[in-house]
Amino acid sequence: MIPEIGHAALWLAAGLALAQALAGFRADGGRIAVPAALLQGVLCAVAFAALTWAFVKSDFSVALVAGNSHTAKPELYKWTGVWANHEGSMLLWAAVLAVFGALAAIRAKGLGERFRTVMLSAQGFIALGFYAYLLIASNPFARIVPAPIEGSGMNPLLQDPGLAFHPPLLYIGYVGLSVTFSFAVAALLLNRVTPEWARAVKPWVLGAWSFLTAGITLGSFWAYYELGWGGWWFWDPVENASLMPWLAATALFHSVGVLAARGALKNWTLLLAVVAFSLSMVGTFIVRSGLLTSVHAFAVDPERGIFLLVLLAIYVGGALTLYALRAGTVTAGTPFRPVSREGGLVVNNLILSAVLGVVFLGTLYPLFLEAATGEQVSVGPPYFQTALLPLLLPLVAVMAAGPLMRWRAMDWAGLGRRLVPALVLGIAAIGIALALGMRSPLALAGVALSAWLAAASVMIFRGRKLKRVRRIPASVWGTALAHLGIAVTTLGIAVSGAGTIETLANLAPGGRLSAGPYTAQVDDIMPAAGPNYTAIRAMLSVTGPDATIVLAPERRTFVNPGNETTETDIWPRLTGNLYAVLGPGDGSGRWQVRLVWQPMIALIWIGGMMAAFGGLISMMQGRRRREDME
Amino acid sequence: MTVRRIALVLPLLMFLGFVALAVYRMGEPQQRVIASKMVGKPVPAMDLVGMDELHPGLNDGDLRQGTVTLVNLFASWCAPCRVEAPQLKELADKGVVIHGIAVRDTPENITAFLKDHGDPFRRIGMDPNSKAVLNLGASGLPETFLIDGKGIIRKQYIGQIRPEQVAEILKDIEEAKGS
Amino acid sequence: MRALLPLAFLVLTAAAEGPALPPAQEAAARTLMHELRCLVCQHQSIADSDADMAADMRAVVRERIAAGENPEQVKSYLVSRYGDYVTFDPPKTGANLVLWAAPLLFLAIGAVAVWRLYRRKGA
Repeated sequence: MIPEIGHAALWLAAGLALAQALAGFRADGGRIAVPAALLQGVLCAVAFAALTWAFVKSDFSVALVAGNSHTAKPELYKWTGVWANHEGSMLLWAAVLAVFGALAAIRAKGLGERFRTVMLSAQGFIALGFYAYLLIASNPFARIVPAPIEGSGMNPLLQDPGLAFHPPLLYIGYVGLSVTFSFAVAALLLNRVTPEWARAVKPWVLGAWSFLTAGITLGSFWAYYELGWGGWWFWDPVENASLMPWLAATALFHSVGVLAARGALKNWTLLLAVVAFSLSMVGTFIVRSGLLTSVHAFAVDPERGIFLLVLLAIYVGGALTLYALRAGTVTAGTPFRPVSREGGLVVNNLILSAVLGVVFLGTLYPLFLEAATGEQVSVGPPYFQTALLPLLLPLVAVMAAGPLMRWRAMDWAGLGRRLVPALVLGIAAIGIALALGMRSPLALAGVALSAWLAAASVMIFRGRKLKRVRRIPASVWGTALAHLGIAVTTLGIAVSGAGTIETLANLAPGGRLSAGPYTAQVDDIMPAAGPNYTAIRAMLSVTGPDATIVLAPERRTFVNPGNETTETDIWPRLTGNLYAVLGPGDGSGRWQVRLVWQPMIALIWIGGMMAAFGGLISMMQGRRRREDME
Repeated sequence: MTVRRIALVLPLLMFLGFVALAVYRMGEPQQRVIASKMVGKPVPAMDLVGMDELHPGLNDGDLRQGTVTLVNLFASWCAPCRVEAPQLKELADKGVVIHGIAVRDTPENITAFLKDHGDPFRRIGMDPNSKAVLNLGASGLPETFLIDGKGIIRKQYIGQIRPEQVAEILKDIEEAKGS
Repeated sequence: MRALLPLAFLVLTAAAEGPALPPAQEAAARTLMHELRCLVCQHQSIADSDADMAADMRAVVRERIAAGENPEQVKSYLVSRYGDYVTFDPPKTGANLVLWAAPLLFLAIGAVAVWRLYRRKGA
């Protein structure tokens, strides 16, 4: 019964979405659109709760539960298992979309009644497509007769606490960008590309961006400890698919700043607002259609892929057509000098767009080439690292200067004076790194840039009185924290990249191996058992200059479904992580043990979370007048 | 002004290009096939140990004896290899010379496998660590290579041989004989 | 008894990783492994894959390096078998030049657009 309630709620939500979409054509449509948006939020919450109930209660008469769950599965994964499959994750997508629609109906009043109605109408169109997708091609509530007594279980790789956070955060980010998209569509239709529009849209971009940042950061950390290879970014198509909307959103909230302050970059900002959510949908399509292969397992279905492609063509094609037709009528804003805060933001957008272009091209290039010439190529980490380096290093360099620049115009000398402490710290950092034995020029550049950016990010507070700390606007705190976070991540990438030491040995109990300052001895290799798996566990006693601990990596063999995973054991600290993996045995009592010392690698994720919080703090600025706009 | 107009239409055009590419790609089979670059080239040097007395080993010289041969890469642990076994048997019954390369396998398991699924092989070379697989440019199991009398690799059949492919392979063998 | 099951299973799938190399050679081999694509996996390098075939490919890399080949020679051996598909580092030739020129190309296009922006406004 409860699954039918969920199913009915989805149908009702679809009906309301249709009404909401059509409301934009009526002058008094707001009377329909606003309640329709609010009710959809409630109905989707009901539908999602119904599916959660089916999973938690292991109702195997629901085909989705039977196919993806199991009674012996730990309780947490019965809850998170709701979105660990195609239909459930698309329901989560639609539910987040509905909640954002409801939020937009409540919060987006500043631009007038007409604007809100048209914006909600666009939001309704998007929601309608995803409801149609769920109801026609991907019904999560479909029953199975007869109901099996036991479910077929869940992919063991997904049976991890990471699943509780990574997909929901990522989806909030992806789907949050739909509001920006609808804002852009409404602005194009009503010719309302004004500084007020920019100020109204900015919190939505920042909010979505923060969640996207947190989602990507946690996803990277999850892959790092779960996949057991010690890497944190593989330039895999699925990762790139999440990176592309992030890059567009990053460029967007910076260019929105220029639009809000000067009324300039109107077309460009509109385009970014459309592109950011378009890339979210393109990413979902790429991942779900099997267009590109990826390490990160997803259920792939070509027919559903075609459905998603049609939705994509309608929404993105429609919005870009609207852009091509209407954007030309937008008037230019007030001028500014190249050396100014606005000019800095333009450079930021220039480089971020080039990065986005490279990631997009690199990800799709194998498809292009095969379609054009039949040749098969692979594009992976060596390409992205080499191609992006000449863009990312200058990006980090100029992002230090940006927040220190004055609006409208400033002279080079003034900017130079503000950057002196950053320069001093950057040079000092090179000295320290050299003294500590770092020799790789690239790593030294990374360390120097990190110190330069960190110092400049603190300099954002220059001239502000400590007594009046409460008067400092949230956006200043947010910018400083986010930029500092990027500095911290840069440091983590540079130091861990240059200093990682990996050793591999086939060891019997009693055997030893070393990585960096640590030596591990295999005390024992023994069987172990978990709730739904059996395992082989190695007990490694690790001794180093500062401590002695025990690491216990495992190889797990799951039942229902039968599958093997490697369970790493990591000793994480700020100075570095010691990463232990148990490989296969050689049949004669020796086991492959991999020990990796990764100095300061944790900073990568700490910095990412700092940036995400910085974004949230900036979002709190809300409609308060920006004090620092001078 | 025209540059400006192009700039406004460009995003739409790029997106349409992406959609066209996606439509084109979605029409293709899902399983990626990685073609060997060895097709058209001489068989690489190899010298594989035989499986047992009935099945001596395989070296590249064996494949230059003037007869067209099929070299089938298989393993007892490979499920699709079971599926193609009847087709190989049919080809062998029609007089085609088939040699096997057993990948990451043991003689005991292969003997059991051949007992259950039929034995089309003249020679079976053991390839315990995929050396021959890599040398031939094969990427998975099963794969079958058609080699002409001079030891030139003429064709690569990726994946299991389906019943309807038997006639096609016989035709390819006739063509290879002609050269 | 159930707990002992994986032991037996793992013994069967034990994979040889090739000869042990001196640290400098091992480092070179590992760098190359990160560049080579596992042929039976989904977008993984052979360094990052648990597949048997990836282990066999790692062994071949180590053996060839132990025999005195440099990483470039090992790579060209595999490319001669599988084409450019086997490397994540596409060669800088032919159509791929567009790919490699992309960062500067995009930056240049953007720079022209920015220049136009200031020229229009500068007045």
